[in-house]
Amino acid sequence: MQLYSRRVWTNRIGIALSMGAMLFGLLALLWILWTLFYNGFSALSWEFFTEDTPAPGSEGGGLRNAIVGSLMIVGMTTLVSTPIGILAGIYLAEFGTTSKFAAMTRFVTDIMLSAPSIVIGLFVYALMVATLGGFSGWAGSVALSLIAVPVVVRTTENMLLLVPTALREAAFAVGAPRWQVSLKVTLRAVKAGVVTGILLAIARVTGETAPLLFTALNNQFYSTDMSQPMGNLPVVIFQFAMSPYENWVNLAWGGALLIALFVLGVNILARVLFRKKSTD
Amino acid sequence: MVTEPLAQAAAAPAAAIKAEVRDLSFYYGDFKSLKGISLPIEEHKVTALIGPSGCGKSTLLRCFNRMHDLYPGNRYEGAINLFPDNVNILARDVDPIEVRMRIGMVFQKPNPFPKSIYDNVAYGLRVRGLRNKTELDDRVEKALKGAALWEEVKNRLDEVAFAMSGGQQQRLCIARALATEPELLLFDEPTSALDPIATGSIEELIQEIREQVSILIVTHNMQQAARVSDYTAYMYLGELIEFGKTDNIFVKPQRKETEDYITGRFG
Ligand SMILES: Nc1ncnc2c1ncn2[C@@H]1O[C@H](COP(=O)(O)OP(=O)(O)OP(=O)(O)O)[C@@H](O)[C@H]1O
Ligand SMILES: [Mg+2]
Repeated sequence: MQLYSRRVWTNRIGIALSMGAMLFGLLALLWILWTLFYNGFSALSWEFFTEDTPAPGSEGGGLRNAIVGSLMIVGMTTLVSTPIGILAGIYLAEFGTTSKFAAMTRFVTDIMLSAPSIVIGLFVYALMVATLGGFSGWAGSVALSLIAVPVVVRTTENMLLLVPTALREAAFAVGAPRWQVSLKVTLRAVKAGVVTGILLAIARVTGETAPLLFTALNNQFYSTDMSQPMGNLPVVIFQFAMSPYENWVNLAWGGALLIALFVLGVNILARVLFRKKSTD
Repeated sequence: MVTEPLAQAAAAPAAAIKAEVRDLSFYYGDFKSLKGISLPIEEHKVTALIGPSGCGKSTLLRCFNRMHDLYPGNRYEGAINLFPDNVNILARDVDPIEVRMRIGMVFQKPNPFPKSIYDNVAYGLRVRGLRNKTELDDRVEKALKGAALWEEVKNRLDEVAFAMSGGQQQRLCIARALATEPELLLFDEPTSALDPIATGSIEELIQEIREQVSILIVTHNMQQAARVSDYTAYMYLGELIEFGKTDNIFVKPQRKETEDYITGRFG
């Protein structure tokens, strides 16, 4: 009986400790969100979306150029990294199970996954900005793609590896060539998981600041020319938040809230998609 | 041990032979899983492979559609000749895809594609380049009728295949294999995941489709082998111990090992 009550108490203490840890994490998160809403919500206005970033010292202003720039850079990143990531993932899971080249690709992908984003920013700076004559939206997209591609590659590969061999063999058994088995059967079977991977990659790169600082830089004016420096939310937040101007700081909070909401939305979408698909 | 089944087969009536296994050995890497198997597969007949777990039934079956080619390190020795053109389907210069175009397979667990019922059946036809809608419709209907599934699904061809029962899914897999009109159809324990009623309908089906296609079936269930097959091959530890007419094998096996297995003294 004594042994039993000791176990009960150990159990209670264990649960209390893990609850405490959970609360701590949750509280931190809520605190961040609350601060963001508290400071950022008031910044959201019609002008916030329709006016461009103000010059130093001038009143008002908005983040239109930065929002559009971010959307374009991230959109282009998605367009570039989705096909590359999926195809590479297919290669690793379906074709390169034993080859040396695949093992190397896997290794490099893993390194890229954990590479500090500032290193990637500097790399693209040296590769594109310094040589091709200037900061540009393109360079920003390339830098973000280097971060997004490994995420897509690994999720695609991991998802494909979950496909039961029975399904894969069934497709081969009716005489399908390997590429068709991959694209039309196995990839379809894990569509939801792969889309989730892409969404998570988007969420990941949306808030990246360092790579853009060295590549897209910033642009005070509205521009949709990807070959020119481009305004974007993370860099604007970075600059404005540390400025002495009150309206700039306000805009920075608004921008931060916007990014947080976007990332939150993408994450929720990914969850919903994945849950819905994996239950039916 | 190898010559006897051949001799027995030779004694059988001179019916058309669909395929002939000749001194076939198979290696998973260094492990020799099949040891010099020789066996005829008669046309429009059902040949059953029986034997204790791990004796190499699935391994032999999967040689017929070169499934082993999907994995590295596997190696065939010997031949499987497919008639009427007498081509050795294990030959290195024969494309496994071509082999699979002629030899279909139904697996142990129903494994429909994550697609609609219609697309499941049409898949093999599309792989073969068939695009014409009316022809696809016709062939899909014919295959589903052939698999005794048409009446149950004709109003829900667009539904995803996973919404069907296990037995229906397995019949769908049979329809998928039948759609491409294979010459030989391989079954690997097709009913082991099904209840007795679904099993009964699959067995009936196998009897019926024998008219169109030669059949090689692996089964764990001796009654099933006795019920559905015309010929039976008993395997043990990668070797073919005895082959003959099912009636003979079950009533009067020639070899002691076969008799022991059939009467349930081991396995
Ligand atoms: N992929 C593989 N790699 C190595 N050895 C294998 C592999 N698959 C099967 N084997 C071995 O080959 C032998 C035959 O296996 P096989 O699956 O053909 O048996 P089986 O007669 O179909 O058995 P069961 O009735 O359990 O399905 C077994 O000894 C097994 O361990
Ligand atoms: Mg088996």
